[in-house]
Amino acid sequence: MRRFSTLCYKELLRFFKVSIQTVGAPVLTTLLYLVIFGHALEGRLEVYRGVRYTVFLVPGLVMMAVLQNAFANSSSSLIQSKITGNIVFVLLAPVSYVEFFAAYVVASIVRGLVVGLCVLAVTLFFVDLPLHAPLWALAFALLGAALLGTLGLVAAVVSDKIDQVAAFQNFVVVPLTFLSGVFYSIHTLPPFWQRLSHANPFFYMVDGFRYGFFGASDFAPTASLAIVFASLLAVCSATLWLLKSGYKLRY
Amino acid sequence: MAEGEFFGLLGPNGAGKTTLINVIAGLVRPDAGRAAVMGADVGRDYRRARRMLGVVPQELVFDPFFTVRETLRLQSGYYGLARNDGWIDEVMHHLDLTAKADANMRSLSGGMKRRVLVAQALVHKPPVIVLDEPTAGVDVELRQGLWQFVRRLNRDGHSIVLTTHYLEEAEAHCQRIALLKDGRIAALDTTRNLLGSFSGLDLRLHLDRAPLPVGIPGRVVEADGAHFRVRLATYRELEDALVRLREAGVGIREMEVHPPDLEEVFLRLTGRGS
Repeated sequence: MRRFSTLCYKELLRFFKVSIQTVGAPVLTTLLYLVIFGHALEGRLEVYRGVRYTVFLVPGLVMMAVLQNAFANSSSSLIQSKITGNIVFVLLAPVSYVEFFAAYVVASIVRGLVVGLCVLAVTLFFVDLPLHAPLWALAFALLGAALLGTLGLVAAVVSDKIDQVAAFQNFVVVPLTFLSGVFYSIHTLPPFWQRLSHANPFFYMVDGFRYGFFGASDFAPTASLAIVFASLLAVCSATLWLLKSGYKLRY
Repeated sequence: MAEGEFFGLLGPNGAGKTTLINVIAGLVRPDAGRAAVMGADVGRDYRRARRMLGVVPQELVFDPFFTVRETLRLQSGYYGLARNDGWIDEVMHHLDLTAKADANMRSLSGGMKRRVLVAQALVHKPPVIVLDEPTAGVDVELRQGLWQFVRRLNRDGHSIVLTTHYLEEAEAHCQRIALLKDGRIAALDTTRNLLGSFSGLDLRLHLDRAPLPVGIPGRVVEADGAHFRVRLATYRELEDALVRLREAGVGIREMEVHPPDLEEVFLRLTGRGS
């Protein structure tokens, strides 16, 4: 337990020490999305009856921040440790691959939730947001952050360079979050894109998270939760297997 | 390797010294064979094996996010140690790190970073300490301090494994030496025996003319114009050689006599010398 908690604490300390970059920057980015998209589209779209577009936008943006930051935390920390070589301090110690996995993922969840809460707190200055079922929102935030934290871990394990992690972020994480219905309801999409959206696990996270606020969603929240949970289990098992094999960590 | 030993691991670049250490440390998985630290298999019983082992890596690695004290506390935690500040203070004191305890790792000089690496390897008081090229790029003062500390640890019962390029260091500190070449042990013996087995003198001559007169004792190992290297068994043979040169009327321009040293042994065994 001490080994896990130390490694997790180290990960948290790392991002708190550079909180301008790790918390401040994503909050600013999200606010820019809110201001720009809100300004451009306010009044033209009404996704749910009686919900202004800016208000509709907020939960999606919060969830996007949660997901992207959870991914960024584990991936950037581990790839930096691999490149600078200080990962050796953990590898030399009697830390098991399960402890290693849990520490990185839990720290990613914390980072995702902290950034998400900060974004939420700041946006509350601009919009009045209902909170229909907070536990649903929390459940989706937790599972989503865990999934992305795990994916970040995988990206860093298999990469040798920072560019490769960035490619994973730019070509996988960003497109999947942008196309997950953060900025729109997928019901406004042509049928083909609607079907395609259903194949995107990020869609269920964003949609389920939004349900926690509005009590309305594109897809049944229980089904979304099951899908997200199943995805998480699959990704976690694959990651644990990868870590156990020592791939690109122990040669 | 026996408990409490000060053991040297020598060999040319690429001989497999660091690879061997990485196998023992669990950083590299061996294709065949097994390694154990104090009886604990590095694979099956990795927790116990790693607790027994403190490794000072060759590369000057550090985590730029933390101070010296944070680094050492974190490292203690990775070994499952909760309250370790007493020992951390002691290690920092011995390595002259106390003044830098709250300095960020990034701000330290190379020598200081090396000391922190040593301290990190010692946080869990491992019975076996591995120093992989610990004095590479380290100034004389630190080198002395480091050796004093390492010898003290050895006296206190810690087993020490040292890899080094500086043969005089191995000669000065190690009780036993293994010479690696192409991943195999080319020689394994006590330092004294290794030196003893290469007893004799290396006589280097620059004469005023070639060839070397006949009747010189020993074995000519190198001849280049009027330069010769002759291996002699005893000082008596040296006297005979000089007499022989005088008789032949050959003058000496320069002369050097070398006792055997590890370098000689090293070069011979690794096949790069004669």
